[in-house]
Amino acid sequence: MRREASPRPVEPRALHFGDEASRQDAAHLGMWIFLATEVLLFSVLFTAYALYRLTYPGVFQQAPAHMDVFLGTLNTFVLVVSSILVALAVDAIRNGRDFAAAALLALSVLLGIAFLFIKAAEYTKHVHDGALPGAWYAYEAFALPGANLYFTLYWVMTGVHAVHVLVGVGVLVTLALRTLAGEFGARFHTPVELGGMYWHLVDVIWLFLWPLLYLT
Amino acid sequence: MSDLMRRILFLPEAASSLAPRVDRLHFFIIGTTFVVGAGIGLTGLFFLVRYRRGRAPAQEPAMAAPTWMEAAFAGVPLAFFLLWGALGFQDYVWARTPPRDALDVYVTGKQWMWKFAYPDGPGMVGVLHVPTGTPVRLLLTSRDVIHSFYVPAFRLKMDALPGRYTEIWFEAVRPGRYRLLCAEYCGLDHSRMRAEVVALEPAAFESWRARQLAQPTWVADESFGEEGTRGPLARRGAVVATRQGCFQCHTIDGTPHIGPTWLGLYGREEPLASGDSVRADVAYLTESMMDPLAKVVAGYAPVMPSFHGRLSAGEVGALVEYIKSLQPERPEPPPVQEPAYGPLPR
Amino acid sequence: MAPSHAEPSGAGPSYLDAERGLWSWLTTRDHKRIGVMFLAVLLLMFLLGGVFALALRVELLTPGETVMGRLAYNRAFTVHGVVMVWLFLIPSIPTAFGNFLLPLMIGARDVAFPRLNLASFYLYVLGAVMTLWGVFQGGVDTGWTFYTPYSTVTGREVMPVLLGVFVVGFSTILTGINFITTVHTLRAPGVTWMKVPLFVWALYGTSIIQVLATPVLGMVLMLVALERVAGAGLFDPSRGGDPLLFQHLFWFYSHPAVYIMVLPGMGVISETVCAFSRKRPFSYRVIVWSTVGISFVGFLTWGHHMFVSGQSTFGAGAFSVLSMLVAIFTAMKIFTWLGTMYRGSLWVSTPFTYVLGFIFLLFFGGMSGVAVAVTSADLHWHDTYFVVAHFHFIMVGASLMAFLAALHYWFPKMCGRMYPEGMGIGTAVLIIFGFIATFLPQFLLGNQGMPRRYADYPEAFQPLHVASTAGASLLGFGFLIVAVYLGWSLRHGRAAGRNPWGSEGYEWLSDSPPPEFNFHAPPRFPRPPHDYANPGVNTEVEHAA
Repeated sequence: MRREASPRPVEPRALHFGDEASRQDAAHLGMWIFLATEVLLFSVLFTAYALYRLTYPGVFQQAPAHMDVFLGTLNTFVLVVSSILVALAVDAIRNGRDFAAAALLALSVLLGIAFLFIKAAEYTKHVHDGALPGAWYAYEAFALPGANLYFTLYWVMTGVHAVHVLVGVGVLVTLALRTLAGEFGARFHTPVELGGMYWHLVDVIWLFLWPLLYLT
Repeated sequence: MSDLMRRILFLPEAASSLAPRVDRLHFFIIGTTFVVGAGIGLTGLFFLVRYRRGRAPAQEPAMAAPTWMEAAFAGVPLAFFLLWGALGFQDYVWARTPPRDALDVYVTGKQWMWKFAYPDGPGMVGVLHVPTGTPVRLLLTSRDVIHSFYVPAFRLKMDALPGRYTEIWFEAVRPGRYRLLCAEYCGLDHSRMRAEVVALEPAAFESWRARQLAQPTWVADESFGEEGTRGPLARRGAVVATRQGCFQCHTIDGTPHIGPTWLGLYGREEPLASGDSVRADVAYLTESMMDPLAKVVAGYAPVMPSFHGRLSAGEVGALVEYIKSLQPERPEPPPVQEPAYGPLPR
Repeated sequence: MAPSHAEPSGAGPSYLDAERGLWSWLTTRDHKRIGVMFLAVLLLMFLLGGVFALALRVELLTPGETVMGRLAYNRAFTVHGVVMVWLFLIPSIPTAFGNFLLPLMIGARDVAFPRLNLASFYLYVLGAVMTLWGVFQGGVDTGWTFYTPYSTVTGREVMPVLLGVFVVGFSTILTGINFITTVHTLRAPGVTWMKVPLFVWALYGTSIIQVLATPVLGMVLMLVALERVAGAGLFDPSRGGDPLLFQHLFWFYSHPAVYIMVLPGMGVISETVCAFSRKRPFSYRVIVWSTVGISFVGFLTWGHHMFVSGQSTFGAGAFSVLSMLVAIFTAMKIFTWLGTMYRGSLWVSTPFTYVLGFIFLLFFGGMSGVAVAVTSADLHWHDTYFVVAHFHFIMVGASLMAFLAALHYWFPKMCGRMYPEGMGIGTAVLIIFGFIATFLPQFLLGNQGMPRRYADYPEAFQPLHVASTAGASLLGFGFLIVAVYLGWSLRHGRAAGRNPWGSEGYEWLSDSPPPEFNFHAPPRFPRPPHDYANPGVNTEVEHAA
């Protein structure tokens, strides 16, 4: 790409795929594999959850009573809506409506930020209760053996997820700005699709966390 | 023959009833390995000599393995592997299923020493006395990190985990002193966490035990975090039970209180609130102290607090022995209810 | 990093000459240059791990303290294990030779994501630096396995190492994603799945394991870190946690990781055994399907590391049978390699000497693996030197021999020069015998009952330790000779020419060293690789143009 001095004309490296379609295929395949690694990353936490749920069934049954089910459900709603908006944004950019796409992305960014704020409100409440992870657990209203493990898992699972939301928000902001700058259009929009896939995965993971931690 | 093989392979003497079983399979596997290995080596050498052609280009037509040969590549070794697996598993299950008349010894690992406690008496650090010709069941736990109880002459190894009991059994076949090593890395002095198993003729063992019992034998070991009490393990259990307030809810005279009575509890089949039933063995009693709400006996409220972290491993063992000792008086013949030894869960 | 190069046999500058200067290397996106950079760092890591291995062997010459105290010994074996496993063996063949060769072998210009490839290199370097800083600064003494609860209670600072290994894991994942995508999307016309070179198949299987297993390790390491920082309690029995959970999760990664280390090596052997027998693989499909089989069944065998850790007898039996299944795939490969030599035209070269050593040592490594997967035998062998010898047979006897075979086989491809052949063969023989002398006594030590990770041992074990240390010095000497003559050959070796081995592997259709974009024209591959019955059919179309 940067090599004018080569003795023969050299095609840019990005073109070693031959055509744009196979290049997109490669990008999508790579993203799917990456999403698989994310699923396995969380699978460790789900395994730990399953083990301790089997070990302390009573605690895990009573725990949702100590959670803010309203805020949790609201967050589910927020995340699902933002996921839908991202899907609409991808549709818009495919059809060349890049301003609409940027607007939709910006909206879902706002919802992502709202999710983080709601989560922070929940965390504040838990900190106030003393329902902290690990050695700092001091929640007297829920002092059964194993309750500390429930809250450790709660913090780790939602914490790792929140980090993913944060990364996702960053990705969506970048995508929205680049869309506004006119970098993407009907012909080329692979990054928007990939970013969307990531955001949907973050959403799907929450759809598993929500029932496990708030509802059952 | 076996002794010769043992010498060639540097195996220590076979001093337990398990050792010859393990060794037999060992010889089988090693023998097969060396025969096939020699075959592969000789085949390779033969090819090397016969087909060595240096830089010459290819002369042979392409050839590929027929399907039956591919199947043989997979099938023949697999048959051997599975045979070994099956034979080994048989011995493994045998080694992990203690006979019912086994002598119990509680083993506690701690950085970096081993402690042994008998149900009715002496606790020893660093030396485990066992009778020959008698199955000995070890109930292992650890006070800190993971250790592993390893006696090479017995071909026996089992990890000692904190917060949990594992069990294994052995039967020493010859009197002698056998080296006991820690096989799981446990920190600075891991390599010096050694102890000894002393196997005595049953008569000698009995007289050793009588001598130990004659004197107040429970010697609290401060380094194990134990508080001073003396006497048999069961008596120590009574002290622990008083101090921990167990009698606020449990009786020892057969009357139900907030919790089930301890009289005759050990080995009893208890109906559970969940509809199942459970045999009150070591595993269940230990679990009930650590995680009382996991299996609540039918008819009782789930109110017992967990003693996780409040009881040392030695105290748990003492409590279990105490509960075991609380058997109702029975007319002859001796109780039909055998002590229940179930394999530990997980 | 400025070797002088032989004139490439084709027209145009080679990848080494396309750009000049250190900066052009550090910012390159050329998979070949990235492979070479990986190779350089990996060799450094190998040197470091090897020095510590020798230090351990010296300490074990006598019972009691020989040259270092117990704490120093515990730290030293941790450095040895961490460096060799996490920083050398796991990345070794895929990142160095895989990066260099995978695109060449499927007729592509580069990997699918060249920038990601460079990111993977820098992540690896960053992770390696963090890890090394951690082990030396913090004096970590947990062993490379980080078993809880020891790793959560030890007074040494474990955090930087956990984070470093985590970052190296990221690098592994990126390389894995890159390789899988490359194999799927960038095969040249004619390279159908059943014509993919066997080394590429091995890399593909390895990448699947890397991608699926590494995230699990990453999360487990983070949980251990959390345990240390916040007393999370998940692995801590005094807080209601379960220390065995760590072992299950750790081995869910680390058993497949053994195949990450050995599968690429098997791929190297599949390539070289064909090249030096001048014959098609005896059964291409057996090698391919056993590679795929190892990648998947390898995930189901982790419990065989835990036969004596309180696992249920049923679990032990199940994991034992599954381990037997995964061993079969290795046995099938060994027979296929031998079959490939049958009626071939064998050329005893340096790489081929390593191949012969590999097959022989892998057999014993594999069989001892089957032996310790037998549940009752494991009661005796678990965590003894028998296990140490077993996995060194796999990791050194197999993986490292394959690494050396690859290094010698593709050395001319990478730098366009040859090394002294007689020297190479002699050293290979020395290394193989040094290896056997080092690790055969360790099998016997294990039989005798010597547990692993012992700084001090009862005197009965001494004679075998002395034998092992003597072998280790031979082994170390052998590596030294290899370093010397390969270093010399970088500058002074004779020009290799395009295809010094007369191999029919796809990568040899290109120049040695290859031009920047691998081929001068889009290559076409009508025949399978290693089709010695029809030599010279696969060509770079219009090569002479």
